[in-house]
Amino acid sequence: MSLVLDHVSYIYGEDTPLSMKALNDICLEIPDGQFIGIIGHTGSGKSTLVQHLNGLIKASRGHIYYNGEDIDGKEFDKKKLRSNVGLVFQYPEHQLFEIDVFSDVCFGPKNLGLPQEEVEARAKEALAQVGLSEEFFTQSPFELSGGQKRRAAIAGVLAMKPQVLILDEPTAGLDPKGRDEILNQIKKLQTETGMTILLVSHSMEDVAEYVDRIIVMNQGSVMFDDEPREVFRHYKELEEVGLAAPQVTYIMHALKEQGMLVDVDVTTIAEATEEIVKCLETLH
Amino acid sequence: MGIIKAKDVIYEYMRRDEEGNVEGITRAVDKVSLDINQGDFIAILGHNGSGKSTLAKHMNAILYPTEGTVWVDGKDTREEEELWNIRQSAGMVFQNPDNQIIGQVVEEDVGFGPENMGVPTKEIWERVEESLKAVGMYKFRKHSPNKLSGGQKQRVSIAGVLAMHPKCIILDEPTAMLDPNGRKEVIRAIRALNDVEKITVILITHYMEEIIYADKVYVMDDGKIAMQGTPREIFSQVEKLKSLRLDVPQVTLLAYELKKRGVDLPDGILTTEELVGALKQNRKG
Repeated sequence: MSLVLDHVSYIYGEDTPLSMKALNDICLEIPDGQFIGIIGHTGSGKSTLVQHLNGLIKASRGHIYYNGEDIDGKEFDKKKLRSNVGLVFQYPEHQLFEIDVFSDVCFGPKNLGLPQEEVEARAKEALAQVGLSEEFFTQSPFELSGGQKRRAAIAGVLAMKPQVLILDEPTAGLDPKGRDEILNQIKKLQTETGMTILLVSHSMEDVAEYVDRIIVMNQGSVMFDDEPREVFRHYKELEEVGLAAPQVTYIMHALKEQGMLVDVDVTTIAEATEEIVKCLETLH
Repeated sequence: MGIIKAKDVIYEYMRRDEEGNVEGITRAVDKVSLDINQGDFIAILGHNGSGKSTLAKHMNAILYPTEGTVWVDGKDTREEEELWNIRQSAGMVFQNPDNQIIGQVVEEDVGFGPENMGVPTKEIWERVEESLKAVGMYKFRKHSPNKLSGGQKQRVSIAGVLAMHPKCIILDEPTAMLDPNGRKEVIRAIRALNDVEKITVILITHYMEEIIYADKVYVMDDGKIAMQGTPREIFSQVEKLKSLRLDVPQVTLLAYELKKRGVDLPDGILTTEELVGALKQNRKG
């Protein structure tokens, strides 16, 4: 059970004067249950990449395999792929439209042709997964706060029971608490249900905190693909392509320059706290 | 009186059901008073729904107070004949650059504001040039805005406001949709406007590290001003900020966590240099 990209390229407007290569020979393997962060500056190909994974965009070259089957093969059921690989777009709350939260979340499973009972059971489960309690079920989605709207929209995708969940900047525009709430809930989903998560993000701090693996995109190619501390070790190269390391990594580098013997590959506040405390203790 | 002054401002709107019957009244801004000095860099923080954007929209007469008064450059925003003067004194930049750019060419987009104000052609071009230079986008003047990155587009939006020669510029989460580099570019441009051009800046953001250089920070909650002070005063109160759904910059949080573990550090550390300096002292002591 996995997604495999085999030499995938994508060219916009191929055979026209405006043709532009958006993805360039991408080879990736996405095994089950991983929490993956995808980072890259605007226009680096992140969104184009994730839209290939549920068949919204068809690769110009190369193949994509879902559980060993070519998703562009004649026999392949694309509709099933779209419910197995759920994609939450940027600002998904713009896609809310039903009169109340519960009906909105029911919309997806209802379209799968499931019996009403199953539809409602799924909607309830999905809303619980994003932490929206029953008091919200009958409210209009438009009366919720920004963070709640976002969670209702994510529930709509979860109700399709995807095995892979892709989120394109799910925290843009949310307040810090709202950011933490959404990311904690996604992390919980991954650990409790074994769902594969792909998180497209502009926040290096969030990525460092939550993911097991980071894929760095640059000019349509994979620039790095490794665990966070390995990727952020290349912070100078990341800066050259419009990215950065988490602020805490820079602090560790500055401390080291001042002669403190700290591990500079630290990427989270918790790790940095331990590291500095340890370093100070050995001194005293 | 400062460039923007609010006195006991209340803003209420009616919630209606599908038939248009009034369901209730929501008070989005609740008795806010503030006085912003010309040339200051002001930051407004607050969780989603705290009323900060509603308050900001009072600062260039997009919204009018239900009760109380807002003055922009000494003019009451409710005086209709002053509307265009007010909007020219206080310009606004929004979150999504794609919703704010209308021109086919960068310089044309920036010239739109002064052209509408009836500025003579020769002067329009002068203004376009100086505005684009101020945000570091002059060399892109002949480009199509479509081909720019998010940070570049947002800087063009800022130049568009600048070309109207405002005294004050209000930015409502201008970096929310940008990548780290775009965020850095925009914040650098905003700081330059304040430092070099002496334009009053009011920045609304969810990114705590963007406001450590502000002269004053207002924190909103439930339509009211819940906290106000310098960044150092505000960021010294980690627990209170967290209870208001906010946060502190990573370096401040790290210092706070270290303090909890018994490391002797001052409150409200804002920059890496400060933390490194303080830890150095610690090692000696």
